[in-house]
Amino acid sequence: MQSLVLASAFPIGNILFQLLAFLILLVLLRKFAWGPLMGIMKERQNFITNEIEAAEKNRKESEAQLALQVAELKQAREEARMIIENAKKQGEAQGEAIIQASRKEAERVKEEALADIASEKDKAVATLRSEVASLSVMIASKVIAKELDERSQEKLIHDYLQEAGESK
Amino acid sequence: MEHKAPIYTWMGIDFDLSIVLMTTVSSIIVFLLAVLATRSLAMKPTGMQNFMEWAVDFVKGIINSTMDWKTGGRFLTLGLTLIMYIFVSNMLGLPFAIAYGHELWWKSPTADPSITLTLAVMVVALTHYYGVKMKGGKKYAADYFKPMWFLFPLKIIEEFANTLTLGLRLYGNIYAGEILLGLLVGLSHQGIFAGVLGIIPLVVWQGFSVFVGSIQAFIFTMLTMVYLSHKVSDDH
Repeated sequence: MQSLVLASAFPIGNILFQLLAFLILLVLLRKFAWGPLMGIMKERQNFITNEIEAAEKNRKESEAQLALQVAELKQAREEARMIIENAKKQGEAQGEAIIQASRKEAERVKEEALADIASEKDKAVATLRSEVASLSVMIASKVIAKELDERSQEKLIHDYLQEAGESK
Repeated sequence: MEHKAPIYTWMGIDFDLSIVLMTTVSSIIVFLLAVLATRSLAMKPTGMQNFMEWAVDFVKGIINSTMDWKTGGRFLTLGLTLIMYIFVSNMLGLPFAIAYGHELWWKSPTADPSITLTLAVMVVALTHYYGVKMKGGKKYAADYFKPMWFLFPLKIIEEFANTLTLGLRLYGNIYAGEILLGLLVGLSHQGIFAGVLGIIPLVVWQGFSVFVGSIQAFIFTMLTMVYLSHKVSDDH
């Protein structure tokens, strides 16, 4: 009686069937449901990991790019400043040089003009002197021609000429 | 409540046909649920896929709380199938019971000790199998003499106790729930007044049974993982 109760509470067929059903369910689900599901979860995880890595890489890259840009900008600014300074300096120097040159030129022109004036004056004086000499000779000869004879006239002329020559 | 089980003998083996029916029904429901939910898988999950992924993460959490993922990862499908199968089985008996003549046909398969004990024995057998497989026979045997050699008899008893409690806890909870449901339904046989009065506790008890059924499915899976981790983890 005892064994009968036990047997009816635990029919061996139940146990076998349950075991079989569960194992079949396990295998089927692993094949048709859990496998693909875990596959896609894994895939998504990989995808997210990759995305994060890519984002991280991009961020780093852009940061480096930014730093580069900043440095380049700074350099460019520095260069511009230097160029302007140079140009200013050069302009100043050039202006100075131009002023210097024009001053020199003016000096030279002035000098030349002075020299010209001097030589012209000399020339004029010389011409005047010879003119005066010949005029005075002519006047003198005209005056003297009336009062002197040939001889004394000649002597006089000679004297005068000599005198004129010496004074020259 | 004097229902008998429809026993059918085939080639000298007794089959309880209601159990056969209910086991099959639970298996089919779980299978359809899982397969339909994973029919259209996408990187951006929608609808049922979300639910199944939540279940996967839930079982993952259970496994992670008992052992590290490297050893526990292989038990994920086992845990998922267990928790879904037991949950569905627990729920099956709640909305109604079908009796034909004096034979009870529709009930929770987990309200039968033979089913729960089969699952428990299967789980414990699996723990021994994986213990030997993953740690080697020597270390597996040595575990019976840890931490003290004289605890060996206790360790042996523990194995049987584990099996019994694992199976009977589930059976007891679900069976008791169904008995009480049956009694409350039985009130309506006593008269209209008692029947109307009985509806309120009936609804309350059904709600509580849903809760109990979920908790028991969780506990069964949790304990499965705990026993597995005792056998396969090195640090014990």
